[in-house]
Amino acid sequence: MQTPTYLAAELRLPTNWLDYTILGIYFVVVLGIGFAARRSVKTSLDFFLSGRSLPAWVTGLAFIAANLGATEILGMAANSAQYGVYTTHWYWIGAIPAMVFLGLVMMPFYYGSKVRSVPEFLLLRFDKAAHLLSSILFAFAAILIAGVNLYALAIVVEALLGWPEWVAIVVAGFFVLAYITLGGLSSAIYNEVLQFFVILAALIPISVLGLKKVGGWDGLSDSLTESRGADFMTSWGGTGIGSDNPLGANWLTIVLGLGFVLSFGYWTTNFAEVQRALSAKNLSAAQRTPLIAAFPKIFIVFLVMIPGLVAAVLVPKIGTSGSDLQYNDAIPYLMEQLLPNGVLGIAVTGLLAAFMAGMAANVSSFNTVFTTDIWAKYVVKGREDEYYVRFGRLITAIGVLASIGTAFLARSFSNIMAYLQTLFSFFNVPMFVVFIIGMFWKRASMKSGFWGLLAGTTAAMVNYFVLYKQDVIDIPSDQGANFVSAIAGFVAGAVVMVAVSLFTAPKPAEELQGLVYGTTSPGMAEPPAPGDEAWYRRPALLGWGAIVLAAACYIPFSF
Amino acid sequence: MSEFYSDKDVQREVTELQGKSATAARLFDIRRIIGGLFVVYGVIVTIAGFTASDADIDKAEGVNINLWTGLGMLLLGLFFLAWLKLRPAAPAPPGVEPEDDERVE
Repeated sequence: MQTPTYLAAELRLPTNWLDYTILGIYFVVVLGIGFAARRSVKTSLDFFLSGRSLPAWVTGLAFIAANLGATEILGMAANSAQYGVYTTHWYWIGAIPAMVFLGLVMMPFYYGSKVRSVPEFLLLRFDKAAHLLSSILFAFAAILIAGVNLYALAIVVEALLGWPEWVAIVVAGFFVLAYITLGGLSSAIYNEVLQFFVILAALIPISVLGLKKVGGWDGLSDSLTESRGADFMTSWGGTGIGSDNPLGANWLTIVLGLGFVLSFGYWTTNFAEVQRALSAKNLSAAQRTPLIAAFPKIFIVFLVMIPGLVAAVLVPKIGTSGSDLQYNDAIPYLMEQLLPNGVLGIAVTGLLAAFMAGMAANVSSFNTVFTTDIWAKYVVKGREDEYYVRFGRLITAIGVLASIGTAFLARSFSNIMAYLQTLFSFFNVPMFVVFIIGMFWKRASMKSGFWGLLAGTTAAMVNYFVLYKQDVIDIPSDQGANFVSAIAGFVAGAVVMVAVSLFTAPKPAEELQGLVYGTTSPGMAEPPAPGDEAWYRRPALLGWGAIVLAAACYIPFSF
Repeated sequence: MSEFYSDKDVQREVTELQGKSATAARLFDIRRIIGGLFVVYGVIVTIAGFTASDADIDKAEGVNINLWTGLGMLLLGLFFLAWLKLRPAAPAPPGVEPEDDERVE
């Protein structure tokens, strides 16, 4: 096991009353949103899916903010300090294609079939076994990840502000608990939209001042090329098959493992993300949700990568035994070095907001899956709708308490991102296989969903924990091992699904309307809302525009 | 119920709930909150910029970062308030009236 994620103790920020005022205002607004959203909750659909009524720009920004948790921000800055410009892969190839695919290809089936969750789609397409297994895996993963977030928050807050860990956990847990129990998903989504802007206001000054400190982009580039080699400042340098690079991955594992399997698994089947799109007000808005999110996603990489690279210049030994600073310290270190009181308060608020939103995204998707997919379908069936709203509020509280309990699991990994990626490769990858085959192959039988899910999860875990961790196969880094585990899980899931399908009965064609590519259901044929035919709201244009832009961004970093 | 949980069951259930949903009618507009918060933050941080000490400015590489960030946040806040003013949300669909008994304010 690697060194734990402690931040260096000397990173204590010189916060004053001004910074705490800014932070205090934010906490008041967060609770206010919860109280104000409470009166919009009348049915379970309001509580779990905002009544399917939100506009596309709101769901789109919530879609990106749900991903832009603090573990992502600190983790990607850490990634950049460690691996350099390779970080762009997590954005341009590791996010954009999958987001566009979700919007253009998958969303008509998700939204049109009127399912309330990703597992519910599996119930319609496959059977109860696949549904129950995916619901339980998802609920488990959501609590685990919420726990990771909470633990990460506690250590960061302790290092930066000097609050004891338990205070940070209790305060953050309480606010998340309060605003989700009050206002349900609407409250979570509104807070995510707000958090998106606060986090930008925090990251932009850090990046600008950081660049100025090291002599602009040219100074940064020259300095790192000298100390880390030319490949450090490129996306693809040294990724030829057989050549050696710090990431421990070649172009094939990057494209297939990260760009295809991990990314599509995360963006298209992770309910914490998809839920935002399902709460949109019509099919067009649902399709545009991930597409609107794709554009900020293309550029956010600069705001996390630049601080990581700057930290690598200022502290050449960062992350090694020659320095007290860990890779995860990159952004807190620059905050301490560069930001005066005022902007410092904004940055602290942005970080805390990102932690809370990251946790809230998981809690709000957990309570939906647990209530509508597990409780209402297998445990207490057929009660009145008000009962399930009450139960949803109760399970939110239980979920938050459980994630506090799991927070300690995050201790044994030095790179928070690697930990999350590891989990995703175990839970999302098999989900993605089952989805993609189920959506495009009518013959995939009812039973194949369950077995594909089971085989994929097992294969990814065996590859990571047995073959990689026990040194049976030689992969130079955790990230590289994640990519390979993801590919292994995908292939195993696909092979088992095809094999099981060939020996078991297919689902009757009339049960598959609107669930498989090439079929439609009545819900999908809704008329477009007025104004949706404007050219800038056309999903195809937005989607392909994002792909072209992401590809163009690679050009300056490829040679 | 047949051995399949059919998409028709889900469609019926969700359509029914959507008919009773109160979110569209009663949820406030987030633009007001973003606009308000960023105007307040913008003013606070801009004032911090006007009163910045030399030490503050030296720390930030000679840039009065509070001033610039504050002005940026103020502009974003005003943008959201202006957007709200110019394009208010469509009126609530008829048939769903806000119920006063559940008011929180």
